[in-house]
This record gives sequence, C-alpha cells and structure tokens, in this order.
Amino acid sequence: MAQETHNGAHEQVDAVTGVTTTGHTWDDIQELNNPLPRWWLWTFYLTIAWSVLYAIAYPAIPMVSSYTKGVLGWQSREAVEVDLAELKQQRSGMTAKLAASSLDEIKQDPEMFAFARAQGKASFGDNCAPCHGAGGAGAKGYPNLNDDDWLWGGSLAQVEHTIRYGARSTSDKGHSGTMPAFGRDGMLKREEISHVADYVRSLSGLPTDKTADLNAGANVYADNCAACHGDKGQGMQDLGAPNLSDKIWLFGSDKATIVEGLNNGRGGVMPTWHGRLDDTTIKALTLYVHSLGGDQRP
Amino acid sequence: MADAPLSHPLGAAASDEDAPLYAPRKQIYPQAVKGRYRTIKWVVLAITLGIYYFLPFIRWDRGPNAPDQAILVDLANGRFYFFFIEIWPQEVYYLTGLLVLAALALFLMNAVAGRVWCGYLCPQTVWTDLFYAVERWIEGDRRDRMRKDQQKLTLKTAGQKGLKHFIWLMIAWWTGGAWVLYFADAPTLVYDLATLQAPLVAYVWIGILTFTTYTLAGFMREQVCTYMCPWPRIQAALTDEYALNVTYRYDRGEPRGSVKKNEVLKLQGLPAGDCIDCNQCVNVCPTGVDIRKGLQLDCIQCGLCMDACDNVMDKIGRPQGLIAYDTDMNVQARMEGRPEVRRIVRPRTLFYAGIIALVGAIMITSLALRQNIYLTVMHDRNPLFVRLSDGSIRNGFTIRVANKHLDERRYALVIEGLPEAKIDIVGGEVDQQGRAIVTVGPDQTLEARVLVTDTASAASPSTDLEFILTDLSSGDTAATSDHFRAP
Repeated sequence: MAQETHNGAHEQVDAVTGVTTTGHTWDDIQELNNPLPRWWLWTFYLTIAWSVLYAIAYPAIPMVSSYTKGVLGWQSREAVEVDLAELKQQRSGMTAKLAASSLDEIKQDPEMFAFARAQGKASFGDNCAPCHGAGGAGAKGYPNLNDDDWLWGGSLAQVEHTIRYGARSTSDKGHSGTMPAFGRDGMLKREEISHVADYVRSLSGLPTDKTADLNAGANVYADNCAACHGDKGQGMQDLGAPNLSDKIWLFGSDKATIVEGLNNGRGGVMPTWHGRLDDTTIKALTLYVHSLGGDQRP
Repeated sequence: MADAPLSHPLGAAASDEDAPLYAPRKQIYPQAVKGRYRTIKWVVLAITLGIYYFLPFIRWDRGPNAPDQAILVDLANGRFYFFFIEIWPQEVYYLTGLLVLAALALFLMNAVAGRVWCGYLCPQTVWTDLFYAVERWIEGDRRDRMRKDQQKLTLKTAGQKGLKHFIWLMIAWWTGGAWVLYFADAPTLVYDLATLQAPLVAYVWIGILTFTTYTLAGFMREQVCTYMCPWPRIQAALTDEYALNVTYRYDRGEPRGSVKKNEVLKLQGLPAGDCIDCNQCVNVCPTGVDIRKGLQLDCIQCGLCMDACDNVMDKIGRPQGLIAYDTDMNVQARMEGRPEVRRIVRPRTLFYAGIIALVGAIMITSLALRQNIYLTVMHDRNPLFVRLSDGSIRNGFTIRVANKHLDERRYALVIEGLPEAKIDIVGGEVDQQGRAIVTVGPDQTLEARVLVTDTASAASPSTDLEFILTDLSSGDTAATSDHFRAP
C-alpha cells in the first residue's frame, strides 16, 4: 500500500476507513487525508469572491497618499452623519420642547429638567471640562462651579449670560472688568502692596504677620480697592470683582499669590459660546451648571 | 452473569477493533401505538402546548399604570410580569432561583423515575411527537411510510409530502408566533402581525423559531437527544441503581422464542421466556433503540415500548409488564431469587426534595418581604468635596429612587451621621423639617442630585453617613450608607 509521496513520506491507506493517510503519525495515531467537506470548501470560495466584490464596492486598498474609494461611494464619515441625524431626529421632540421653554419652566418640569441635565453634562464634558474640570471642580484661576461663590452671579439667567457671552471675551455683550496691575503700572509702591495684601487676608479672618501694618493697608484698600471690591471686601458681581471676605480664593489665599495679583493684575477669560453652541445646548449647559451648586448665595 | 451484574446478556455488541466509529443515521419510522403511556403523553402534549400557545392571552388586571397581560416580558421598559409578581432588572436573581428550582426538580424526577423529563415533558420530545403525529396522519403508519420512501416519488406521495411539510411549517410558524407574544401585548401584536404593522424584530424572531422548530422537530429529531443535548450525559452521572427506568425484564423475557416453540419448551421444563421477539418495542420507538439491550443513552424513556409490549402480551394471553418501570437491580435480584428492593424515599430523593423546599422557601420569603422602594446613593467622584464661601464643606451625591408601586409616591430623604448637616436637592424640594422631598411616578425611578452641607465643618476626612428614605404615604423606609468627605 505504501507509496512514495512528493515529500518522501510513505502514503498509506487506512484499513478501516479506506482513506489515504498523509503519512503523518503522532503517538501511533495516523492523520487521515480526508477532503474538506464540500459545503465548507464552497463557503471558503464564496468568501474569496466576496472579498473581491467587497474591495470593488467599498473603500479597501490603501494607496500612497489616498485609498481606493469603492464604486458605491460609501464613507464611514457619512454613515456617522446619518447616525447623528437619526439621533437628532429621535431627540427632536424633547429638543423642541426645551427650545420653546424658559429656563425656569424647564427646571419646574422633572422630565425636561432631567433631559437638560443629561444633555448639559455631555456638552460640559465636550466644551467646559478642559478648564473647569470634568466635575466642574475648577482649577487655579478657573472657578469651581460646585461652590456658592459666583463671580458674575449664580442665578439661572446670570449663568446663562456668562456661558453665552463670556467674560472679557470677544463678545461685546460679555462681562468686562479687570483687576489692574497696581505694581507693574506703578500705581502702588512695594510696601503699600504688602500692607494691603495683609489687610485683604485679614478681611476673611486669615492670620497675618505680627509686624503687618493693617491700618496702612486699610487706607490703601479704601483708596484703591473698595471701589470695586466693596468697603468690606464683599465684592461686586457687575464687575466680576471677587468677594475678598469669604473662604474661597480663585488663585490662592497666601500672601505671595495676593501680592502677585496686585502687582500684575488678574483677568481670566471665559470665552463666548454664542454662535458656537446652539440655544438648546446653552440652555442645557446652564441648567446642568446651575444644578451643580448655583443660586445658593449671591 | 454473576461476575458482571450490570452487563446485559444480549447487549454486548460484537466488538471489532477496526470497526468504524462513525455510523450514518438510520431513518426512523415509529409505528403508532395505543396504551396507558401513549395516553399520558397525549395529555401532557395537550397541556404543555396549550400553555405555551395560549398563555400570552390570559389577562391580569394591574390597574391603569401597568399592562394587563398575565405573563409579559417587557424588554423596552425592563419589566417582567408574572401574574401578581413584577420583577425589575435588578431582581433577576428570582429568575436564577427559578432556574435552580427547575434544575433540582429535574434531578428529583431523575432520582425517582429516570428520564421523565426527556420522555414526556421536554419541548424537543413534545414537538417531535406532534410532528410524527402529523406525518402519520398524512403519510400513513410505519409500513406505509417506509414503502413510500422506498418507491419512486409519485404525484400522490409528493402531494402528501408537500402537505406534511406545509402543516409542519404552519405549526412551526405558530410556535414562533406564540413566542413573540410573550414580549408584547398579545392581542395588539396579533393584530399588528396580521396587518403587517408589527416591528421587524417580531417577524425576525418568528422566522428564527419557525426555522428551528421545523428543523429540530421535523428533521433532527432523536439526533438532538443523542448528540446535542447534554442532559443524557449528566443524567447518567446523576442516576443511581434505585431509580426506576423503562426496563426490559430479561429475567422473564429470555430466552426468546415464538409463542408456540416456547410453550412447548415450557411444557418440557426447559428454559423459555415471554419475549416472542416480535420487535414491536423497536418499531414504536421514536429514537430507534432496542430496549431489550438495556439502559442506553439514546433511550429517552418515553414509555411507548411498554405500551407496545403490553398490547402484544394481552393478545397472546401473557401478563403485562414484560417491559415496565423497574430497575436492573431488581431484575438481577429476581434472577438470583432475592427479594426486590423498591426505595422511592431514600437519602437522595429526600436530599433533593429538601433543597427544593429550602430554595422555594427562601424565594417565597424574599418575595413576600421585598421592598417596594429602592434607594441607591453615589458620591460625586469629582470633586469629592467643595468649600463654600462661609467655610462649610459640601458633598454632592447622585441618588436614585425606585418606586415599584403602581401609583405616584412622595418620599422624604433625611441623613444621619452629621447632626449639623443640611440637605438640599436638585430635582426635588426641601420641606420645613429640612427633609428632601422627591416625587416618583408609578413604576418608575427618579435620579436626583443631593447636596449635603456640613456647617460645623467636620474635622474627620471621612464621616459615615446614612441616607434614609421614607415613603410618605405608607411609612416604608429604605436606607443606604455612604461617606461624607472633608479636607
């Protein structure tokens, strides 16, 4: 029965099945040379034919600077656009309701409020989180949106205005008002700045050096700072002047940081989102941000 | 025999080392049979199929805010309704419990009387039985069918085959149709299906189940039991020598011989059995086995061979029960003149019955005591805490309140653990007692944001906090604990 095959192995015929063997033997177990099942083989050929047709019909082969586009003209980007349009269509009922309702009306309606918060959260992640943090916790110079200290006001309308037009932004409706660079521009002397920094710390009950001249600081404050920050340091929302008597410090409460602010001024920028985000998204963002901790105390 | 008690005198196949391991399937033409077990099978078939096909149409009034279908798997809203029970997705452990019970019931059945499930109750058996009935009704009994399959196809036999497949497909289609009715309001869906307005997924599922029923019951049949189903293997490992099985009593049957020859042998005082080798037991078998070869994997123990044999015994005037529910152990005992042992009640059955009672009791208790309100609380991950302008510390939490009642409820949320803390809620209101009030619609959940502010500025970086939710109309409470974080 043995025959010489091309690779030199002896081809045998298995006595029981009558099938030739491949000549491979492992632990006395012979490998039979059964053909592939026909359905399997035809499926295999079909997949080859399919792949050729697929490569013709769809984008497939990478070229040097481009790729074959396929005769059907299908594009994954277009498919995504279709999906997005479908999603928009699905949400259109709720979106239209949001568009037609005022912020207060949305807040009173549990269903709309929940929808707006969810949409706002997603949009916050896309647009706001880089500066304000994923949970709105802020960073040095970027306000924490979870607390009750609102530079430009924490009511729904105020939050919406700030989101829409920004602060010190390119929009002429945006909030304006900056902290001047008292030191750099020569308005205050070095020791005056030191005195007023100590005084400002004392406003919120922070400890000061024993050597600090608080009376001198109070005079400097009354002449230069009280116009914006208020005579007791209570701040002024119209100008975005922070409350200096509370426990929240946007840049930090240590003397060096305060001195730095007095020397070089401050003026963080919140961009305008009007025209970049649609009205419903801005509404949703407003309600989301407001739900983090807005409206507590002015 | 004595040295190999469980081997069968006729069961040993001629063993040939070179025999091929593969055997092609032999077409099986089970013969019609009447008798006690056949009647039981017809009754079981009618009851099980009746339940399957008509259960979705049973109504159950739950009031205006819930569907009125007795059994409904509401996938879209994530609810499962079973008469008076409503199960939410987070209670899927009831389903687990039900599956545990089903498995244990299967084990108990097996310990008492072997493959009762396979022989009478399994959908594969029931639908195959139904398909065989249709086949027999149209193409005739065993001999007719064998003859027709051997002859050339004529117009008549082709017509019969076509009709048979048509009826099979109708049954299969109805099987798929009944399946989808468990997932939507049945009368509405029937109307929508008929007017081609039903969702595509309904038609797809009907198509899938039509295909599987038609193939499994019409073509694969006993091969499903022999090759695909894991239960025969598990069953063989779980069974013991006391379990009743459909048994050929070879102590009484052997040696076989014709009626007349064995009568003569008996008169002469020579060994002669009751089996006349008429092969009726083999002819009626839906899996094509010979029960006289003893207990075997392919035998689903449907009992039809017992009916066939009893009928023959009646005709030749010998007592019934040559094939009967019995044990190999007893056959052996009778041959050796020892008394028979029948023990239905034994440690194994008591053990299974005990666990069934235990699991059942646990499920009923947990079902009776289960709460109709749920409260989950999740602490904000970012930021963990916020310092407010007056120096107090605030933590944000997302709460979810589930109201399983079928009417709208109001709940009050309070916290324990921080005496000075104030609670505020976004998506609800705070009443005069400082409790956060939420209103949750019938059979719904509500997510809200809870802000806890500690005015006394807790010194500890982490304080245990208990959230307690009270149903304002019933007084039921639910509680869960979390932490209050501070710098």
